[in-house]
Amino acid sequence: MASIKTQFEIPGKMKTWSYALIGVGLVALIAGLVIKGFSADEHEQTQFWGTLMYNTIFWTLVCNASMFFICVTTMAMGGWQQSFRRIPEAISTMVPIFGAITFAVLIYVVLGHKHHIYHWLDSEAVANDPILKGKAGFLNPVFFIIWTTLTIGLWSLLGWRMRQLSSEADEAPMDAEKGASFIWRNTIRAALFVVWFALTVGSTVPWLWMMSIDAHWYSTMYSWYTFASSFVSGMSLVALWVIYLKNKGYLELTSQEHLHDIGKFMFAFSIFWTYLWFSQYMLIWYANIPEETVYFKHRVQGPYKGIFFLNLIINFLCPLLILMKRSAKRNYTLITFMAVLIIFGHWIDFYQMVMGSLSKEHVTLGWFDFGILSLFVGMMILGVGKALTKKPLVPKYHPFLKESVIHQV
Amino acid sequence: MAKKKFVVGCFDDEAVLFPAVKKVRTSGYKIHDVYTPFAVHGLDHALGLRETSLHTAGFIYGITGTTTALSCISWIFTLDWPLNIGGKPHFALPAWVPIIFELTVLFAAVGMVLTFCYLCQLAPFVKKHHFHPRATDDLFVMVIECTDKTNVEDLKAFLSSNGAVETDVQVAEEGWWLGRYDKDEMMFENKEIVAA
Repeated sequence: MASIKTQFEIPGKMKTWSYALIGVGLVALIAGLVIKGFSADEHEQTQFWGTLMYNTIFWTLVCNASMFFICVTTMAMGGWQQSFRRIPEAISTMVPIFGAITFAVLIYVVLGHKHHIYHWLDSEAVANDPILKGKAGFLNPVFFIIWTTLTIGLWSLLGWRMRQLSSEADEAPMDAEKGASFIWRNTIRAALFVVWFALTVGSTVPWLWMMSIDAHWYSTMYSWYTFASSFVSGMSLVALWVIYLKNKGYLELTSQEHLHDIGKFMFAFSIFWTYLWFSQYMLIWYANIPEETVYFKHRVQGPYKGIFFLNLIINFLCPLLILMKRSAKRNYTLITFMAVLIIFGHWIDFYQMVMGSLSKEHVTLGWFDFGILSLFVGMMILGVGKALTKKPLVPKYHPFLKESVIHQV
Repeated sequence: MAKKKFVVGCFDDEAVLFPAVKKVRTSGYKIHDVYTPFAVHGLDHALGLRETSLHTAGFIYGITGTTTALSCISWIFTLDWPLNIGGKPHFALPAWVPIIFELTVLFAAVGMVLTFCYLCQLAPFVKKHHFHPRATDDLFVMVIECTDKTNVEDLKAFLSSNGAVETDVQVAEEGWWLGRYDKDEMMFENKEIVAA
């Protein structure tokens, strides 16, 4: 095992690219702030903050999905992910950073009284609206701020505790007793994270952050839908990093067998996402009640028609048909292509979830959206790259590492 | 009924079986099959069996189900007997998706089970020769097909030297037959039968 490269060093090219992406993103952010953010036009302001919102939320959730992946595989006593587990760990180090940005944006939207984004901030409108009055216990600034703080804080804290424990697998060989205690402590910490994850991403937080933009509308499936979206993108991101590091000559213990399983996650959760997409859509289509169809009206029949169905093609048909074959899931090129496509597809999905409600008349997808996307991709590459250098890539004394090495699909 | 002569070697350990399979194959013997008490990981590779096409068959059954459901429902609701249901369009695709999905799964599942049974020659009343009753219990039974040139004693010694705990020679029906086991001379008896 001595010959295996376990210490990642950021290649110059990666640094250049990430700085370039961040540079482009910052230029777009400043230009957007000047043109849209400080604009007297409410629509422009709304677009500025809306774009920041869906990008920050998307990237925070995607990075957080990595920690969720580690925690559920830990709780399931999974062994196969150990040879590359430092990659999702490194991705999850972005949660505090992206979380802080999300927090800043959301708090500004609430405290800055952006009632064009969150209609429920308008206390006069709430007072005259029985539906909003009924939701006021959940949709009010105080609860929003407390819950958002708790959410992001605990994601960061519980994720950090999980990563901290993982370092023990680098220190010294474990005997059976020590190994069992290590696994047990891992399980406890993973369980804490998963419970909090279920209370936030699995239920309340997507309702609070994104669904409440359509303050009157509700769908209980919305949170699961958001979770599926972020988890499948998170697995795609893990796949991209695994393939990148394989190409650079690291991760010798990770093979096509592991890639196959990551590909299965990408395939299965694309189907799961579609299942939720369809369930949400069909029930509303079938019942045809105006207060429910309001969400789909401009998405299916209005200006968002193209994006809405493109979304379904990219996130359902492509993974279904392309990733179905065993050989496709073991093909590095195809998985790279599909991972990029899936991440892009779900980014577009988040775009239409947020902007589709904020700008119902026009599709505003343009330079600003891609600029902010570039900012986040750049930060993600740089941040994850830096986090990868801080720990050995293989937890060499992890009790389950052997299971990962001999993993066969 | 085509009877053939087989040399049977029984192993009591997976770890012994794998190198034995490799040696027997490299020595040029033709392995008829290996019967194991449970599914042994990687044995198909060791035996040099090709990837199964069962999943391709499953895909074809699946899309057959999809097209069956889609064409059936759309014909009924748009051409044969259009009904106004809640003011929905006659071609009400979202409402059909669950049925299309169910039929896809049904076709794929039933089709794959039947194909699997066919490939494994499993069906009611179909009988096959059992080379060793303990293959369903705790023995890994390797069956080697003999040719005119096979030296049976050599082969038995070869198997024993590679860890077989029990060897014998059997003349048995290689395929399946319908009916009962009464014509199968070897059933649950490990006596040696000299080829006629």
